[in-house]
Amino acid sequence: MKRDNKLWLTHLRSEGAVQHQALSDLRSALIYNLRGAVWNGALVDDAFIEDAVQDSIIRILNRLKQFEGRSQFLTWATSISIRVAISELRRRRWKDISLDELISDVSLVPEKAVDTSPEPNILREREAIIGIMYSLIQNSLTEKQRSALLAELKEMPQDEIARHIGSNRNAIYKLTHDARKRLKKGLEDVGYKMTDIQTIFAN
Amino acid sequence: MSLSKKEIDGLLQLISLTKNEEINCEQCLSSVSEFAELELMGRSPSDALKAVEHHLSICTECHEEYSLLKNAIRKMNG
Repeated sequence: MKRDNKLWLTHLRSEGAVQHQALSDLRSALIYNLRGAVWNGALVDDAFIEDAVQDSIIRILNRLKQFEGRSQFLTWATSISIRVAISELRRRRWKDISLDELISDVSLVPEKAVDTSPEPNILREREAIIGIMYSLIQNSLTEKQRSALLAELKEMPQDEIARHIGSNRNAIYKLTHDARKRLKKGLEDVGYKMTDIQTIFAN
Repeated sequence: MSLSKKEIDGLLQLISLTKNEEINCEQCLSSVSEFAELELMGRSPSDALKAVEHHLSICTECHEEYSLLKNAIRKMNG
C-alpha cells in the first residue's frame, strides 16, 4: 500500500489490523533501506538488520510526535534506523578499546620540525600556534573536555566516549563544542585569526 | 607521542569551523532527512537547515550517517 506522510501517521497511530499492516510495511521498508545502506556481508547480516529494525521501530513510534512532515516519512524513519544500526556497529568495533589507553600516550609537548617543507618563518609560525594550542588544551580545558577532545581526534566515536565517561552523545558534542570554543577564543586572544591559521597551515 | 600532523590539522580545521551556537546530534537527526532530500533534488538548504549543514561539517558520525541516508534515498527513488 502506498501511503503519504499523513496516512503513515494515521495508520501507525490506529489500532488493530490497520496498525499491524502499517507496522509490517514499515518493517519491510526499513529492512530494504537498511540493507542497502549498511550491508557489508561481514559485520552486517540478516540477523543484525532484523535487530536494528526492531529497535528502530520502537524509537520511531516513540518519536512520531516529532515528525513534522518536512521530508518523506520513510526518509525520516530510515535516518533513525541508520543511526541505530551504525551506532551498534561502532560499539562493536570499539568495545575492547579503553578511552584511557587511547589518550594516555598523547603528549602535549610541542615538538620541533613540525614539517620540513615550509619556509623557516612559516615553520616557526606553525610551531608557535601548535605550542599555544597545546598549552590551551592543557590549561584551559577541563579534564573531561580534554579527554573527550583527544579521544575524538583519535577517531573514537562520541557514543563510545560517552559510554566511557558515563554520558550520552549529545552531552559529548556539547563538551567538545565548549572545548573548541575555548581553544578558538584562546588563539584569538593572542592575536591569531582563524583565517591566518588556515593560511599558515595550508599545504 | 604528540598529535600527528593529520590530527593537528583536523583540530585546527574543527576550531576554525566552530561557531558559538551549534546544533547537537539529536537536533541534526530530526532535520537531516529533509536536508538530504533537498540536496539530492539539487536545492539549496533553507536558513533553518544551514545549522544542519554546519553540524555535518563538524560531526564525523552524523556525516557518515548522512552519507548512508543519501545512498538509501537514491535506492528508494530507484
